[in-house]
Amino acid sequence: MDFSLVVAIELLREVAGLILIATGLAIIFGMMRVINIAHGEFMMLGGYTVVLTTKMGVNIWVAILILAPLAVGVFGIVVERLIIRHLYGRIIDSLLATWGLSLFLIGFVTVVFGNTVEGVSTPFSGFAIGQYSVAIYTFFLIFAAVAFMSSVYFTLRYTQAGLIARATMQNPDMVECLGVNSKIVYMTTFGIGAAFAGLAGGLLAPISGVVPGMGALLIGKAFITVVTGGAAVVAGTLSSAGILGTISQAVTFATGPVFGDATLLFVALILLRILPQGITGRIFTRSV
Amino acid sequence: MLSNVSKDWRGAGFVTILGVAILIFVPILFDLFEVLQMTKYVVLSLFALSLAYIWGFGGILSFGQAGFFGLGGYVFAVSAINMGETTVPFLIAIGACALFAAALGYFMFYGRLSDVYLGVVTLVVTLILWKLINHTAGPEYIIGKARLGGFNGVPSIPIMSLPWQPGQEMEPAQMFQYFMAILIAVYVLLHALIKSKFGRVAISIRENEIRTSLLGYDVRLYKLCIFSIGGAVGGAAGAMWASYQTFVDPNIFSLEWSAKCLIWVMAGGVGTLFGPIVGVLALEYLSFQLGQTALMNNLIVLGTILMLLVLLLPKGLFPTFRDLVVKLWRRRGGSTDEGAP
Amino acid sequence: MKREISRRSILKGAAAVGAAGSLPMIPFAAQAADEIIVGGLHDLSGFIDFAGIPMNQIMLMAIEEINAKGGLLGKKVKGVVYDPQTNMSLYSQYATQLALKDKAAVVMGGITSASRETIRPILHRYKTLYFYNTLYEGGVCDRNEISLGTTPAQTVEKLVPYTMGLWGKKVYTIAADYNYGQITAAWVKRYVEQNGGEVVSTDFFPLDVTNFGPTISKIQGAKPDMVMSVLVGTGHLGFYNQWAAAGMKNEIPIASTTFGAAGAELEILKPEVANGIITSYGYYPSIDSPANKAWVAQVNKRYPEKTPLLSELSAFTWEGMMIWADAVRTAGSLDRMKLIEVMESGKTYDMPSGQCAIDPLTHHAIRDVYIADLKDKTYIIKKKFSQVQPADTQMVCNLKETPNANKHYEISLE
Repeated sequence: MDFSLVVAIELLREVAGLILIATGLAIIFGMMRVINIAHGEFMMLGGYTVVLTTKMGVNIWVAILILAPLAVGVFGIVVERLIIRHLYGRIIDSLLATWGLSLFLIGFVTVVFGNTVEGVSTPFSGFAIGQYSVAIYTFFLIFAAVAFMSSVYFTLRYTQAGLIARATMQNPDMVECLGVNSKIVYMTTFGIGAAFAGLAGGLLAPISGVVPGMGALLIGKAFITVVTGGAAVVAGTLSSAGILGTISQAVTFATGPVFGDATLLFVALILLRILPQGITGRIFTRSV
Repeated sequence: MLSNVSKDWRGAGFVTILGVAILIFVPILFDLFEVLQMTKYVVLSLFALSLAYIWGFGGILSFGQAGFFGLGGYVFAVSAINMGETTVPFLIAIGACALFAAALGYFMFYGRLSDVYLGVVTLVVTLILWKLINHTAGPEYIIGKARLGGFNGVPSIPIMSLPWQPGQEMEPAQMFQYFMAILIAVYVLLHALIKSKFGRVAISIRENEIRTSLLGYDVRLYKLCIFSIGGAVGGAAGAMWASYQTFVDPNIFSLEWSAKCLIWVMAGGVGTLFGPIVGVLALEYLSFQLGQTALMNNLIVLGTILMLLVLLLPKGLFPTFRDLVVKLWRRRGGSTDEGAP
Repeated sequence: MKREISRRSILKGAAAVGAAGSLPMIPFAAQAADEIIVGGLHDLSGFIDFAGIPMNQIMLMAIEEINAKGGLLGKKVKGVVYDPQTNMSLYSQYATQLALKDKAAVVMGGITSASRETIRPILHRYKTLYFYNTLYEGGVCDRNEISLGTTPAQTVEKLVPYTMGLWGKKVYTIAADYNYGQITAAWVKRYVEQNGGEVVSTDFFPLDVTNFGPTISKIQGAKPDMVMSVLVGTGHLGFYNQWAAAGMKNEIPIASTTFGAAGAELEILKPEVANGIITSYGYYPSIDSPANKAWVAQVNKRYPEKTPLLSELSAFTWEGMMIWADAVRTAGSLDRMKLIEVMESGKTYDMPSGQCAIDPLTHHAIRDVYIADLKDKTYIIKKKFSQVQPADTQMVCNLKETPNANKHYEISLE
């Protein structure tokens, strides 16, 4: 009984993890059709922000929840102004340019901050479930993922800003006619996507090794989750993270991480074969 | 005067002549080390050609071309170690990759996958191969006499011998010429394919898939063929790579290799066959030189160059260079004499 | 009209680019005739750079020391350093360059087994002496290579009984899913069973796994006396953080054959996460000998702003340089075979890590091995074993019988 509960929690944790790393990318790809390969490095920057500011004495919660998304969000806006805005509609060029950005960031962080910066540890401890002990931080991550999805959904569906954003993505010319500056919308959306990435990196910092290369480990899964999900930001990410995360983690419990990871890839393959426009290309097409 | 068909061939003809010249003169003019370097560029150019063809002239963006490269390398390695000679394994590697590409192509195109989604599927397949082969370190993972070796790879792969001299390993100069000949041959063949009816249908698929299928062509079958050819060429390059390095490891399936291939083709110029070769030369040479200086972290330099490349030379190195020369030529008021050599 | 011009300009473009592309590489190292070249092939960028940078710094320091004492054979030693950027094809290119163009007298380098196996056959083929200074899974049989790093039979064989004696006989192994991890896990199992214990389970993790939740739960369910970690790489760092987050720090102790091997982990993880992990290596910065204290002081003096990570990797790079220099002086020549014969003569060297000799049968090091606990970023040495033989490589390699061997044997414990 205890073990089943632990398994359930771990499944949720994996789904939550995928949601966290994919949301920023989903916003940028889903809404702007820009492939941001540097997404992993945005997460890494969030992690470094947390690590460096806590070393200077800032409270870890402030670092994770405020400073990390703020810093990376602002950085994202800078990147958008300098590089991305020239590449709208050029989906492949955005891939190459952001790959260059990703290399640049890894090199830059290595040179400026070094590659063995002392990290942070989790602010909580364990929570006993029978003979097992689950990190309280795991619950926090699950909660964070729920918050991610809810906030994005709420904003896109129920607020004016969300309406404008969705309209701009569908038809920027029309939106301009209606008096909205689409350039500002793009800029802000990219910044928000980057902020989510930074927040994800900050959230993961206490339970990973914060090194310049940490983004590279996450980008593959994030990318696969987003594309499998399809065009809709919330429904797509939620459904693909849910399916991929649950199945792969279940296999991991049964046989170990080697096949668990391979299973995630296989399931993505099959999903894409059945639903060639991603999950939300066929199902939930009208959702956000 | 030259006929219409010959006009189409002039650009490719000049490249071919250049290639033959390089083939003949490089081993004479340059020393052993440089010949070895250039052999590497030849093999990687072939790899880039495989993606250049299916993407530039078929509209298929594959994020996982490294899958065929690696598969070719591994199949060659296993066959050559087991069979003791290299010509048949080379053919087996090409055949295996073509088959695998056909199977994967069937899976993808008959499922109507396209653009980014197709790219991700190819990426996922390559990553699956990476994970699986990484796992094969134990002694039970052995095919005949060849251990797959997992993360450490397959060592001591036989060096290729010329098909008419079995058992005699090629000297570096011979290997360079043999590989260069293969590169030239594949370039000419691909060029011929592009100019043929098959190629024209392929280009129309790239331009507008729906219209092409409405005209009655089976788009899926065409794409399948194009993808298989790309797979075969990639596999050939992989086998050549395995023989050149005498070593192949699972990293050949990694995201990094797929990305490099994409970057070569993009930087060199999508939509040309020669451009990606330029991309390979430029970027690989750059990486090589960067590693010899300790001025700055190499990733910073490479990353900056890539970003500048995209922003300043959006069409890629070769087309930009070509268009620049065209502009200068025009400004000079140069003649447009067709008969000039 | 336009098409014709384009075709012609393709010729020009092709010619120009083709010629440019096949230009010979401009050698950066214009060597003088009275210099001895030492090649350095360590990753200075890319994912292994935290290991490669200290090794390179120590190698350069060694060269300075040799030159300060008058050089070798009346000539100055010059280091030629290439950065393979954690890229195997660059490794092979630079190794070929060092052998053929730079005519290096000796090459130090290679960190992972994959990089070593890329360059070892090249250096063997072109007869350039090669020192591999990193710990690994054992099994290289090549007279052209001197392998100074420890192998499982030297460290794991000591670590297992010591920790079992401390903590108990039930062991849970978690290992990286590649050759080094699998072979070491096999050794762990053998030694655990030899000492009357039981390996409850051996779980393997691909190198890019970052979420260890399920495994931690499984370990909790199995209730072992200790966890043996053979995890490798930055992805696996997360395990230690997650273990502490789940409150397991004071519940089940951890021993590791890989933690801190390059010195990076204890910098990156907080002390409360890393404390108490017991490891076994051939070198620790806190070795309490006059030779080591002097050496550490020398390193600090040379690199005052940021001390290079001191570990087996950097320390044995120093040893490799010193052993090579000593052999050159003894043989009075740079001739590869003469140097090899000197090094095979069984001489024992006094090094910061203790005593070190080269086993003539395997060209691996017979050296002192230590077991250490970790507290607040300092290693506390618990035990020392003198002159431990590289017994695992000796199982598969005998260079007296097969002096032309050129192979890396996968040691199998079936």
